[in-house]
Amino acid sequence: MNSTIARLVGGRLAVGVLTLLIVSLVVFFLTSLLPGDAVQEQLGQEATAEAVAALRAQLGLDLPVHLRYFNWLGGLITGNPGISLVNGMPVDDMIASRLPNTLKLAAVTTLVSVPLALTIGILSAMYRGSIFDRYSNMLAVFAVSVPEFLIATIAVLIFAVKLGWLSALSRSVEVESFGELVRIYALPVLTLCCVLTAQMARMTRAAVVDQLSASYVEMAILKGARPIRVVLRHALPNAIGPIANAVALSLSYLLGGVVIVESIFNYPGVATLMVNGVVTRDMPLIQACVMLFSLGFLMLVLLADLCAILSNPRLRK
Amino acid sequence: MKPNSISPKASIGSGKDNALKQDGANEPVRTRRRRLSLSVGGVIGLLIVTFWALMAVAGPLFAPHDANAMISDGYFGPLSLEFPLGTDYLGRDILSRLLHGAPFTIGVALAATALACTAGVVLALVAAASGGWVDALISRTQDALIAIPNKIFALLMVASFGSSVPLLLLMAAFAYMPGSFRIARAVAVNVMTMDFVQVARTRGEAMPYIIFIEVLPNMLRPVMTDFGLRFVYVVLLLSAMSFLGLGVQPPDADWGSLVRENIEGLWAGAPAVLAPAVAIATLTMGVNLLIDSFGGRSKREMEK
Repeated sequence: MNSTIARLVGGRLAVGVLTLLIVSLVVFFLTSLLPGDAVQEQLGQEATAEAVAALRAQLGLDLPVHLRYFNWLGGLITGNPGISLVNGMPVDDMIASRLPNTLKLAAVTTLVSVPLALTIGILSAMYRGSIFDRYSNMLAVFAVSVPEFLIATIAVLIFAVKLGWLSALSRSVEVESFGELVRIYALPVLTLCCVLTAQMARMTRAAVVDQLSASYVEMAILKGARPIRVVLRHALPNAIGPIANAVALSLSYLLGGVVIVESIFNYPGVATLMVNGVVTRDMPLIQACVMLFSLGFLMLVLLADLCAILSNPRLRK
Repeated sequence: MKPNSISPKASIGSGKDNALKQDGANEPVRTRRRRLSLSVGGVIGLLIVTFWALMAVAGPLFAPHDANAMISDGYFGPLSLEFPLGTDYLGRDILSRLLHGAPFTIGVALAATALACTAGVVLALVAAASGGWVDALISRTQDALIAIPNKIFALLMVASFGSSVPLLLLMAAFAYMPGSFRIARAVAVNVMTMDFVQVARTRGEAMPYIIFIEVLPNMLRPVMTDFGLRFVYVVLLLSAMSFLGLGVQPPDADWGSLVRENIEGLWAGAPAVLAPAVAIATLTMGVNLLIDSFGGRSKREMEK
């Protein structure tokens, strides 16, 4: 790593932290604009004014809004995002118990969709304008225009109802055998993969096509290299950076996709926790979840930037 | 002022004509074909979009039954002459409910998209025209808003302010404004460096004149493409929220809520659950096909 790369990466990190700060401001003030008085709700209508005031003081709600923001932000940074208004549990414990499940789901989806998308993308770039290219393009348009819940419902209809192969709900996430792994993850992963693979394949195709129109590829073709060799040996190594960038950016789709998929399949992850939090208006939990998802997004964007920077040979020694 | 305001228009016009003539000289056949007809997909898309646009305005008038009347004894009834799309979990006519839901799904999404794109474009023009710290401030804020995934932002807004229709509209507009801003700013910055804008600046035109007369008309095409894509995203977001039960609330129902309330019918393979889902899919695919035939696909890849 030389100093140029270090400076670029440092700059990206600084922008990321600044963005996260702005996000925290937006999140905090959106949730505090209409207090809806959670305390009053929690204690019920008959609560005495003293009881309400006492609980408000205990929760720190009687402080001015900017102080509350700094308290909350400080708590967030030190890993103490507050106490759930609904069941009194620490928010970080609630999230910690669910986060591994969501990460597992995301990991399995990534492992399935990335190789698939790369294969489709590279093949359709190699055979531009062929029937395969046109059909995969049509399928991709279909996949990104259809709501996830339609894909999920059709998948359930086919695999769980008509064929009876898989269960429609993910009741447990304890995996003991390969069969069980397939049974639990097949439908949620299939649903998430549809959109993700479509996006990634399209971007991969664009990156490879971009390289194939470069003059060194023309040279390789004129030299008599076979098409496969031109793509795999000449074009692909140069497209790795843009492709890695595309993969990282596409993965950010997962951050929204899991909300629907976890809810449909009743999967015990962070997204279902957050949806339940919205139903019960558990503000500390929601704030923490939004920050967590935004952090995930920023990390993926940072990863994409890193891929772009590190794959640029002009920045290497 | 008068002669000044005419001359730049004339210069833009002639410049465009020249460009077209050059295209025509290079590839006369292709240009003519493109002008005369959309692709097959484009025609299909146009038909679907026109159909749903009509339904969004007049859909409820065509409803054969009262959308909220429980008129059939059969729950999750099959397709029949009386109930063309079957009946729902309370024995209500699905076709009528679908038609009554069209203004919610299409109208709200359209209004939200219009709001998002207008706000995005105005901010982009201000940022591109001012440059300097104003540009930096606006761009940084919009980037921060992009960092909150749309569905997560939607959940946050609904948790804070409830889920009335005006709020859903504002929420969707706010969620998609940063993306619109990003595209519009990139285009605006490009147009700003064009010769005719430089000429207008040198001539000493006021900023509003430059923005609205010189720059905006030249941004229209990419902005319209972006509008179509954003509309699709908004429809999907609002349907998803309704599907989670956090969108349009009963007794009103958009297509996402129809899927949600009939989800039990899935086990029987009832048309009640598939019909509204397919309606959403045809709407979004129609818009996508239409945009594709205008060659807007590369814009989507740029953004995603």
